[in-house]
Amino acid sequence: MKKIEAIIRPERLEAVKEALKATPGYCGMSVTAIQGHGRQGGIVEQFRGREFKVEMLPKVKVEIVCSDEHLEGLVSTILSVAKTGEIGDGKIFIYEVLDALRIRTGERGKGAL
Amino acid sequence: MRKWVILLTLMSNTGLALAGDPSGIETLRHNPGLPVDYIWVLVCAFLVMFMQAGFAMLEAGFCRSKNVANLIAKNLIDYVLASLVFFVFGYALMVGNDWKGILGRSGWMMLGDAYDVGKYLQLFWMTVFCGTAATIVSGAVAERLKFGAYLLYTLIVSSLIYPICGHWIWGGGWLAKLPFGVGAVDFAGSGVVHALGGLVGLAGAYVLGPRYGKYRNGAPQAIPGHSLALAGLGVFILWFGWFGFNAGSTYTAQHLRISVIAVNTNLAAAAGGLSALLACLFKTRRWDVGLGLNGVISGLVAITAPCAWVEGWASVLIGAVAGVLMYQSVRWLEERGIDDPVGAVSVHGICGLWGILSVGIFADGTYGLYSCDPPFVKGLLYGGGFGQLISQSVYAVVLFIWALGTGLLMFKLMDRAFGIRVNPEVEIKGLDVSEHHISAYPEFSTKGIL
Repeated sequence: MKKIEAIIRPERLEAVKEALKATPGYCGMSVTAIQGHGRQGGIVEQFRGREFKVEMLPKVKVEIVCSDEHLEGLVSTILSVAKTGEIGDGKIFIYEVLDALRIRTGERGKGAL
Repeated sequence: MRKWVILLTLMSNTGLALAGDPSGIETLRHNPGLPVDYIWVLVCAFLVMFMQAGFAMLEAGFCRSKNVANLIAKNLIDYVLASLVFFVFGYALMVGNDWKGILGRSGWMMLGDAYDVGKYLQLFWMTVFCGTAATIVSGAVAERLKFGAYLLYTLIVSSLIYPICGHWIWGGGWLAKLPFGVGAVDFAGSGVVHALGGLVGLAGAYVLGPRYGKYRNGAPQAIPGHSLALAGLGVFILWFGWFGFNAGSTYTAQHLRISVIAVNTNLAAAAGGLSALLACLFKTRRWDVGLGLNGVISGLVAITAPCAWVEGWASVLIGAVAGVLMYQSVRWLEERGIDDPVGAVSVHGICGLWGILSVGIFADGTYGLYSCDPPFVKGLLYGGGFGQLISQSVYAVVLFIWALGTGLLMFKLMDRAFGIRVNPEVEIKGLDVSEHHISAYPEFSTKGIL
């Protein structure tokens, strides 16, 4: 099993969610509001006449666990829908998952997804 | 002084001071026209009381969420204590029988002859003004002052610093009797309420020192407030309440001048807001909401002294100048190491002093001393000569020395006795959890970068 961790623009979340629902192998997601930056520079804001730099920008982290055969399909869905072409589109990381359990029934392994 | 003499005369058949009339029957019999005046003063006083909500929201909005509960606590306690302390001591010191032009000496806890409908009306009116002066400081000392220190400060300002100065200008004291123009005047309190609050705030901000992280290598850093929505709400509430503050100061509904006062108030607020926005736009190329909001209050503060004595166009000018003065002084103070989280010193202190002086320039001789009869207040531009301006200047200087002096003395002594600033760990965690053991927004993670 694999875990997909995708850091995307907050405004792309809705579209990514809808597209994933139509992709085989999708069983759910966890979404976290985060702040961060990569190569995208920050922005300058101003409070009562005094400027300040905001280097951390709001992003959304989407985490999905899937079985190995569905990995590429889900990744390419996210890749195509979350992209805008501008710096700051985000990144996708892929991790190996050792095991998964369903809390309600105690099932283990791929059936728990 | 004269407005109180008029009121007492109105209330009394013989012109002599009446024994206390707690039921109001005698008072009404002697002057059946009083009900509309009482209603006017009381409704305006209710509006001024509502300004407490305005200050609370403005300060909460301009500060970080980790300190909001503390700010609300400070704004709560300053009105609570001002109400009680002014009742016990402050009123007597402010308007009691005069001693050498310096302070009053009668009416303690409104006992004896002071148990009177007229005196209670006066007490209520003056209490809400005292509360306003007291609450101004909470913004300047925000985010790092111990709550106990603030409590003590409120007691001192409401029982001594404000009433004594109030006596000098409104209670028949020496400033009102200066032999230049008609003596120093301040219609609703640019000086005794706002400049006093702003300058005591300066003393506090100075003794406390800047917030942790405010200066990095000597350069001032922005510490953004957590809610411009609350700040905006606060400013609109203040704007609304100010109509009571200024127009109610005629102390009677029979002077139709109240319409002029209301218009002047509104114009100065608007002009202050616009001039602050434009001044900041010119310098930073951005429409700065926070400073625009501060600008509105600056205009209101500045017009508070002259509002009954000037014409509409003058109000626009007075307000516009206030907005610019405020903007310049915000930067000036910040660059000199004074950390004033909400701009109270600039908005209330500096613009209050400007308001005092503006009377001596723009007063146009169409209204008197809370009276439609002479002597009228006349400034430099209307053939009044320099007399009034001299009185106003003396008042401004005296106020500056009194407010800053007593403020520094008070805060320094408190600091020497028990330390008025919270520990750095407390300041970083936020005063809410540390001083009050509660988070203002417990469901929301209040992580800031600082």
